[in-house]
Amino acid sequence: MQLNKNSNIATTLAAATCALLGTTSLATQANDNNQNEWQFDTAILYYGEVDRVSLIEGVVSATKDFGDDHIFNGKVTFDGLTGASGTGAVPQNENQTFSRPSGKGGYSVAVGETPLDDTFKDSRVQVNAQWTQPIAQDMRGSAGVHISKEYDYLSMGINASIARDINKKNTTLSAGLSYQLDSIDPVGGTPDRLSSMSILSDLSLYDDDDDDDHGNTDQVDNPEYTAHELSYEQRESSQDKDTVDVLIGITQIINRRTIMQFNYGLSISDGYLNDPYKLISVISDQGVVQDTLFESRPDSRTKHNMYWQTKYAMDNGVIDISYRYAQDDWDIQSHTIESRLRFEISNESYIQPHLRIYQQSAAEFYQPFLLNTSLLPSFASADYRLGEMDAITLGIKYGSKMTNGNAWAVRVEYYQQDPKNAGFDAPGQLAELDLYPSIKALIVQFNYQF
Amino acid sequence: MKKIAKLTVVGIIITQVAGCASLGVKPWERDLLAKESMSLSAEGVDLALDDHIYFSKEATSGGRAFAGGGCGCN
Repeated sequence: MQLNKNSNIATTLAAATCALLGTTSLATQANDNNQNEWQFDTAILYYGEVDRVSLIEGVVSATKDFGDDHIFNGKVTFDGLTGASGTGAVPQNENQTFSRPSGKGGYSVAVGETPLDDTFKDSRVQVNAQWTQPIAQDMRGSAGVHISKEYDYLSMGINASIARDINKKNTTLSAGLSYQLDSIDPVGGTPDRLSSMSILSDLSLYDDDDDDDHGNTDQVDNPEYTAHELSYEQRESSQDKDTVDVLIGITQIINRRTIMQFNYGLSISDGYLNDPYKLISVISDQGVVQDTLFESRPDSRTKHNMYWQTKYAMDNGVIDISYRYAQDDWDIQSHTIESRLRFEISNESYIQPHLRIYQQSAAEFYQPFLLNTSLLPSFASADYRLGEMDAITLGIKYGSKMTNGNAWAVRVEYYQQDPKNAGFDAPGQLAELDLYPSIKALIVQFNYQF
Repeated sequence: MKKIAKLTVVGIIITQVAGCASLGVKPWERDLLAKESMSLSAEGVDLALDDHIYFSKEATSGGRAFAGGGCGCN
C-alpha cells in the first residue's frame, strides 16, 4: 500500500518536472509497472561506546510488490565490531592478569580499571527473507527465514504469522510464531560452568600471538604452559540453544487521528544460554581476588512481553508513544517507555526527537562477585547486562525527501547505561572501586531510500 | 499477586476488544492514517537496528517484534 504510494509520489513529482521542462516523462509511461519496481531502504549505523565497543552496521532492505499485495522483502545486514567488552571480573588495587578466550594470549588490567578484553573483534552477516500475501478475504499471511553468521555464532530461524482485519478494517488481529536455532562455537572451546580460568603466573609465559598458528615454540617445554594448553584442549566445542517465540497482537483504529497496538509476546529458550567469555571473580573478605571463574546461567528461560503503542497524527506531524513491560523466570523485570515526535518542517522534510527510558531489575543469580567463604551456587553471573540498570537514549533525526522521490535521513543519538548496586555489600578494597561504571555511547545513522 | 495482574490484563484485553466495535473510522476518514509516517512499521530499518543494539546491551528484548534476536551479539 505504502510502496505504491511512494512510487506514485515519485512518479507524480517526476511527471511534474518533465511537464515543466516540456519533455515526455518515461516515469509516466512506466506508471502501470510501478508495482513491479523494487524499493530499497538502506542504512549505515555507527555505534561507539567510550573506551569500549564500537560497531559499524550496514543494512540493505529491498521490497517488491509482485501485484495484489504479494510482497517480498529481502534484507542483508553486515556488521563489524571491535573494542573492549566488560568481562564481569571486578577491578582491583593492583594489576591483574587474564587469559584471552583462546588461552594463547594474556592481557593485563591496570589498577582500578574494569577488566575488559580489549581484543574483542567480530564481524557478522545476516540475511532475512519475508513473503507476505493475502490468504483469504481480509486475511494476510506472512512467512520468513533468517540466517546470521558470526565467527563463533550461527543463528537460523523461520517465522510465520497471520493477520485478520475485522470491524470494517478498523481492528486487526494477528498471531505469529517463530523458531530459532542458534549454535555457538566459542573461541578456545566451551569452558565448564564455574570452572577456574587458567591464568599463567607471568604474561611472558603466554604464546602471545593469537593469530600465529605455529605458536611460541619457547613455551613447548614449559610445564606451566603445557598444563594451561591442555585445559583448553579438554574443553567441549560447540553448544546449541533453541528459541520459540509466540507473538499475538491487536491493532485498533481509534479515530481519524489515532491508531493503537497491543502485543503479547512469549519467548522460550532452551539450551546453552551462557556467555562463554563472561567471568565472575571470587574474592576474600578484604575484597582481594582469589580466583576467576566462568559464569553459569540456567539452561532455560521463559520471557513474557507486553507492548502497547499509540500513534497520533497531528496536523504537522506524528506523536508515537510506546510502553513495554517484560519479565522472565530469571526474575528480571523491565519497563521501557519510548517516544518519537515527528514534526514536519515542510512538505519535504521533518525533524524527529527521540526519547527512550529503560529500567531493569537484576536476574536472581546475578552477583557482582562471589565470596570465597560462601558455598558455590549453581548459577552465577556478573554480566552487568543481567544486573539492575537504568538507561536513557536521547536522539534527533532529520529526514528529507528529494525531488526525484528518493529520501534520506540522518539521526544522532546518545545512549547511557547506569548499572546499579542491587544491594550487594562491597567488602574491603572493593568499597573504594567503581563496580558499576556507566557506559556512554554515541549512535550516528544515515538512511537512504530509493 | 501475579494472578491478579494477569486477570487484570486479560480483563483489559477483553474490554478493549468488546469496545472496538464502537471505535474506528469510515473508509473516507483514513486520509491521515494512510500516511506512511502513521504506519506502525514506519522506519522499519531504524527499528530493527535499535532492536539489535538493545538486544545486545540489555537483558530484555522484543515486544514490538519477536524477542529472539537472531544473533550472538555479545
